[in-house]
Amino acid sequence: MTEPLLRIRDLCIQAAGKRGVTELLRGISLDLHAGEVLGLIGESGAGKSTIGLAAMGHIRPGCQAVRGQVLFQGQDLLRASARALRGVRGGGIAYVAQSAAAAFNPSFTLGAQIDEVLRRFDSRGPAQRRQRIIELMGRLGLPDPAGFYDRYPHQVSGGQLQRAMTAMALAPRPKIIVFDEPTTALDVTTQLGVLAAIRQAIRQEQAAALYISHDLAIVSQVAGRIMVLRGGALVEEGPAREVVERPREAYTRSLLQVGTQPASPRDPSPAPPLLTVRGMRAGFGPFRVLHDIDLTVRKGRTLAVVGESGSGKSTLARVIAGLHAAEDGQVVFAGQPLPRALKQRSRDLLRRVQMVFQSADTALNPSQTVGDIIGRPIRFYFNPPRAEVGQRVAALLEAVELAPELADRRPMALSGGQRQRVAIARALAAEPDLILCDEVTSALDPLVGEGVLKLLDRLRRERGVSYLFITHDLGVVRSIADDIVVMERGRIIESGSRDEVLAPPWHPTTEILLASQPSTAAGWLDRALERRNRLLAGDPNPEAAIAPPPLAANLVTP
Amino acid sequence: MILALRLSFRQWPVVLSFAVLAFVVLLVLAGPGIVPAEVRELAGDPWEPFGAEHLLGTDQLGRDLLARMLEGGRLTLFLASAVAVLSFVVGLAFGLLAAFLGGLMDTVLSRLMDIIMALPPLILAILVIALLGNSMPVLVGVLVVFEAPRVFRLARALAMEIMTEDFVTAARLRGEGIGWILAREIAPNAVVPLVAELAMRFVFALLFLSSLSFLGLGVPPPQADWGGMARENAPALGFGLPAPIVPAAAIAAVALAVNQIADWLVAASGRRAARRG
Repeated sequence: MTEPLLRIRDLCIQAAGKRGVTELLRGISLDLHAGEVLGLIGESGAGKSTIGLAAMGHIRPGCQAVRGQVLFQGQDLLRASARALRGVRGGGIAYVAQSAAAAFNPSFTLGAQIDEVLRRFDSRGPAQRRQRIIELMGRLGLPDPAGFYDRYPHQVSGGQLQRAMTAMALAPRPKIIVFDEPTTALDVTTQLGVLAAIRQAIRQEQAAALYISHDLAIVSQVAGRIMVLRGGALVEEGPAREVVERPREAYTRSLLQVGTQPASPRDPSPAPPLLTVRGMRAGFGPFRVLHDIDLTVRKGRTLAVVGESGSGKSTLARVIAGLHAAEDGQVVFAGQPLPRALKQRSRDLLRRVQMVFQSADTALNPSQTVGDIIGRPIRFYFNPPRAEVGQRVAALLEAVELAPELADRRPMALSGGQRQRVAIARALAAEPDLILCDEVTSALDPLVGEGVLKLLDRLRRERGVSYLFITHDLGVVRSIADDIVVMERGRIIESGSRDEVLAPPWHPTTEILLASQPSTAAGWLDRALERRNRLLAGDPNPEAAIAPPPLAANLVTP
Repeated sequence: MILALRLSFRQWPVVLSFAVLAFVVLLVLAGPGIVPAEVRELAGDPWEPFGAEHLLGTDQLGRDLLARMLEGGRLTLFLASAVAVLSFVVGLAFGLLAAFLGGLMDTVLSRLMDIIMALPPLILAILVIALLGNSMPVLVGVLVVFEAPRVFRLARALAMEIMTEDFVTAARLRGEGIGWILAREIAPNAVVPLVAELAMRFVFALLFLSSLSFLGLGVPPPQADWGGMARENAPALGFGLPAPIVPAAAIAAVALAVNQIADWLVAASGRRAARRG
């Protein structure tokens, strides 16, 4: 076997904080050979990004490597001079970050910024460098590469920006590219294209790559070998197909099971409508965002609103909440018309419609304690004696499976999943009939998000509350929805019960969403791309539709 | 209090600043008890040098300079604090209101503050004092008008930023009134930068006040603040005597100390913001 390009040996990295030393990496070793793609997988705090940065000889401020080596072609990057590192970074090892939008300078064209990196390592003239960049842009599937070279970052979409960043990394022909969650911030359908482009570009350039992601399905499509990490230590390692198909460790199995449990059975009995929207239109100035929306949330049931970003689903939630005024249309809630503006709604009406936000980090006031946060709606709407507020807060914390002692903590002292549970408890404190959930699990780790979904469904059954559930994730939809509406460009294109919408025959947009849902199945990426391209071309091949998509495979109508 | 401020001895300028400030404040508060000499009595010759009898010498009329300094210090620090607190309260209230109400209200208030900030403060202050006479209420009022817009700008900017956070949206959805949202949701998250701003306002008020007094437009005689004392004793410089240096040094020391503390607070709040992001 040839000498590996990158060899990490027994790497230990620690962060010194207020509460003593935290171990970020506990003795990680890995080898990366030429032309190989190694997937690093784990939840937040697993240390995968720390490894990715260490591979470039970078250790975040406040952290230090207490032991170990990072050898790139025999040179220890952790002990290399700044000058030596400048030679390696970009040219030898390149980095593609999660947020391409933050990585590009808005004042320069994309081509110029890519060339800024390239000209440090490429002695050829400007015309040839430009040629190389345009060639790479074409290879990454960017439209009109020659024109794209002269575009500014704000003129292109998020998916295109991520491809441009990949082009920047590939341009100087590095030996290794570190991809740090390159598609996490993208929609599932956009992700599909970017993923395929990245995979193809890595192959054509014959580069080796470290591919970091929290999504095992994504990694299994790109990587040849996978390392599963947890808490800075290795859980298991092996060829991608083997890890996915025959995982040895329980933790890997639990990661694999996320979103694949058989769909929970739903109550087929009819339920009266709680919220009815008819002919709703809304927009921002001259831009119409919602066109003639009709939907119904039934009492004690969950309606999922599905769509890509930009489909108008979040605006829909804001209009129903009263944060954004509709231009036209009717909203009927519990038999009475729901006024458009927040100010016209009575306190009781406000109490009955609550909202849980995507990011619990900003939804909870950092200067208040958990007890204050949950206690406020109780005082505001019911104003019981002081002692009772404390009891109710404790009961609510237990209802969302948190220890009542957390009432004295501030949100900063909680984990992401705990924060979202506090936000749910705050909504429940008002004893609402309807909770608007706006992408409540998309900022959470998969396992944590699944726990939150289970909690929401249990609360629905126990308390009879209804949900309007905004999401782009069909895995989420499948596990908790009774009814589904699918949105595209501000219109509802399909609606019905979950089993109707998710079972064939599909509406083309629904089918694209289904097909784009990452799966660990061998060859999923190629099949999904093929199917999407056919659907976009307007040719719903009946044969392709007969083969059930991986997600709908478990969907058996009860 | 959410302020978790830590101070190590590595930050010796800040520690020194706290020490200087505490020393001056205690001395000024304890003033009359420390100096037995009768302040208004002519106790010696004019401009006696530093000595055992008069620690800091005497002023232009032969009064004990230390006693005068302590008396003047009370006045100076009280006036500067009053201006800082008043302009802070006024600026904060209008700033939060402008941010929260937005629209026309915000435009009117913001442009008004812009106009005030565009005017040359010293010249205008001289004009107003010439018209209304130099009493203490006029002095404080004029200073507040010039100081408040700075607080307004900061409070408005901070509130605008915090208002985009979902916890404010959650409070609005709950049906909370403007008072609760401003006082309980927004203000506590702006405390550290605002406290730093309060300290900065104190420094500017102190310097502005001293300038006016030095020009003879400040506290009316026979009382004198430090700026006024620097003016009274200014001719001594011509004879190579140090009397006016004493009040001038006191002004500089307090201004520098408070400025250091404000800087430290700003840095601490920056660290906090970084941790949150």
